[in-house]
Amino acid sequence: MMVIATGREPVIIVRNLSVEYPTPRGVVKAIRGVNLEVYKGETLFIVGESGSGKSTLGLALMNLVPRPGRIREGEIIYRVDGSEVNLLKLPPEEQRRFRWRYVSMVFQSALNSLNPVLRVWDQLYDVIKAHDMNVSREEAYEKIRSLLSLVRLDADRVLRAYPHQLSGGMRQRVMIAMALLLDPKIVILDEPTTALDLLTQKNILEVLKDIKSKLGTTMIFITHDLSLAAELADRIAVMYAGKIVELGDVYEVFYRPKHPYTYALLRTIPKLTSVEEELYPIPGSPPDMVNMPPGCKFHPRCPYAADVCREVEPPDEWVASGHLVACHLWRKLKLEVGVP
Amino acid sequence: MSKVLELRDVSVAFTVGRTLFSSGRRAKAVDRVNLELGEGQTLALVGESGCGKTTTGKVAAGLIKPTEGQVLFYGKDVWKMKREEFKEYRRSVQIIHQDPYSSLNPMLTIYGTLSAPLFRHKLVSSKEEAVEAVSKLLEMVGLVPPEEFMNKYPHQLSGGQRQRVVIARAVSLNPKVIVADEPVSMIDVSLRLQILHLMKDLQRKMGVAYLFITHDLATGRYFARDGYTAVMYLGTIVEFGPTNSVILEPLHPYTRALLSAIPEPDPQRTRMKKVMQLRSLDVPSLLNVPSGCKFHPRCPFFMEGKCDKRPPERYYVGKDRWVACYLYE
Repeated sequence: MMVIATGREPVIIVRNLSVEYPTPRGVVKAIRGVNLEVYKGETLFIVGESGSGKSTLGLALMNLVPRPGRIREGEIIYRVDGSEVNLLKLPPEEQRRFRWRYVSMVFQSALNSLNPVLRVWDQLYDVIKAHDMNVSREEAYEKIRSLLSLVRLDADRVLRAYPHQLSGGMRQRVMIAMALLLDPKIVILDEPTTALDLLTQKNILEVLKDIKSKLGTTMIFITHDLSLAAELADRIAVMYAGKIVELGDVYEVFYRPKHPYTYALLRTIPKLTSVEEELYPIPGSPPDMVNMPPGCKFHPRCPYAADVCREVEPPDEWVASGHLVACHLWRKLKLEVGVP
Repeated sequence: MSKVLELRDVSVAFTVGRTLFSSGRRAKAVDRVNLELGEGQTLALVGESGCGKTTTGKVAAGLIKPTEGQVLFYGKDVWKMKREEFKEYRRSVQIIHQDPYSSLNPMLTIYGTLSAPLFRHKLVSSKEEAVEAVSKLLEMVGLVPPEEFMNKYPHQLSGGQRQRVVIARAVSLNPKVIVADEPVSMIDVSLRLQILHLMKDLQRKMGVAYLFITHDLATGRYFARDGYTAVMYLGTIVEFGPTNSVILEPLHPYTRALLSAIPEPDPQRTRMKKVMQLRSLDVPSLLNVPSGCKFHPRCPFFMEGKCDKRPPERYYVGKDRWVACYLYE
């Protein structure tokens, strides 16, 4: 299972992770046995529809699954400077410190997650002070200034402002700067651009590309938007019903998908400027997470489903180095998408 | 093709911040908009959030009275209509909202939701007739078998199923026009095409025209591929034309900037795109709209003394194809 692609150094190793939420209707199995390695310096996209478990996976990576949800089993190992940290085994206080310092998160609702009655400067300075009492005001100021310039904000204007005086795109850039304050090695971004207007969205993507090239930060994006993945991802993990059904290099997954769900998704989304091609609806609906079908969770919607798919959940298999798929039939299917 | 609905120089102004001591400020959400919709046609109205496209849709459906300009239904000014005529217009122009969760009454069964308008408009007179009509509607929108859905409440349905009920309600009164305001943006990606195809299917069967409002240009292009697209910016339509012409050969600098910035679901194509650089990324507030062309503070082709003075008119560059930009004067 744990094949490590040559030359790539994992910084997070997720083993057999399962997360559950109790609900009045029954237990929602939000994540069902996910295995995943995140490599140093890469941009990994976790894509899926609502209910696929992608946001829960993001929260679980930081052990922040909200109650009454819980991580039922599995391990989340961080490789820090050659040693391994088992996040779920750390005492709560150490987990808190670990989070900002080693891995930080930019949430979907970032537009509302700044404190409205504090100036931007106070909020950024607080983060630094809370983690290191010894940093001088001047050092903190320099740090903050350089990060704001990295996210293309004018520090003189922004630091004195209250959040409501900033546009949505500026606030989002403040949040990104805040996530980088303690030089984390990894940043998790959950739908970082969905609430922004289209031109600002592009600007944020450019900012994130800058960060990647200048700081080498490992980035994990969580989104439902395949276009963002096409734009920015090195690798992409496609989730369906709480599992990663396909994982691989972005070009491989887009042009040579191996899972029928990935293939169906790519053929169902309208294209903006490419030559018009026929689109195909995906029949049926995503599964009820309380009452999931047996076997492969996609089989009721899959045009290729065979008997084995209705009975046995497919194992993860390596299609090629670095390309993983969970489908019984991948060897038999020819799923070509407009290869350029 | 006869015109079923027309917006002529329509403006909508809201007063913001009115208090006892101040008369507040006027924000123009819609500014001299002109649109036409032919019978059975599709028109995509695209723009970013806050550009006034939803307000325009509400004006088209008669839910908001414009502060200036006219709304014509088969050539008749709807705000000068007699009561009965106005009622007929409102019945003929239905609206589908973005959120299928809040647009259905949670206390009513699907039967209750769908039969009420039929009774109200006297299209059915008995329970038997209503059950039959509702069954037909449910079959039409793919909720089969209808008996299984009729007595369910909205919370027992998925988002996609709810939107199907909303569509069934919209078509139940045989409308001429459906204003669809982001009908799939809150629906799972894998279900969107089902809904779009259903809407197209109903158009073919019933000859209904669509005003399809969206921020998603790719979805707009797909849905209105045989129709027209209008691009809206800060309350004004900046560009209009046959859909593929607008999307593939955009003329207005705003449309060009948008199309250059939007990522596409194809890694090679999207990474090769060259973004048009703007002079400013700040979106002006509706309370403080720039003079002249509203895009001028951001536009890389800004001509001083011209673009900031008077708003550009519509310049025709072909049949049914115009741009509001001095570059095409």
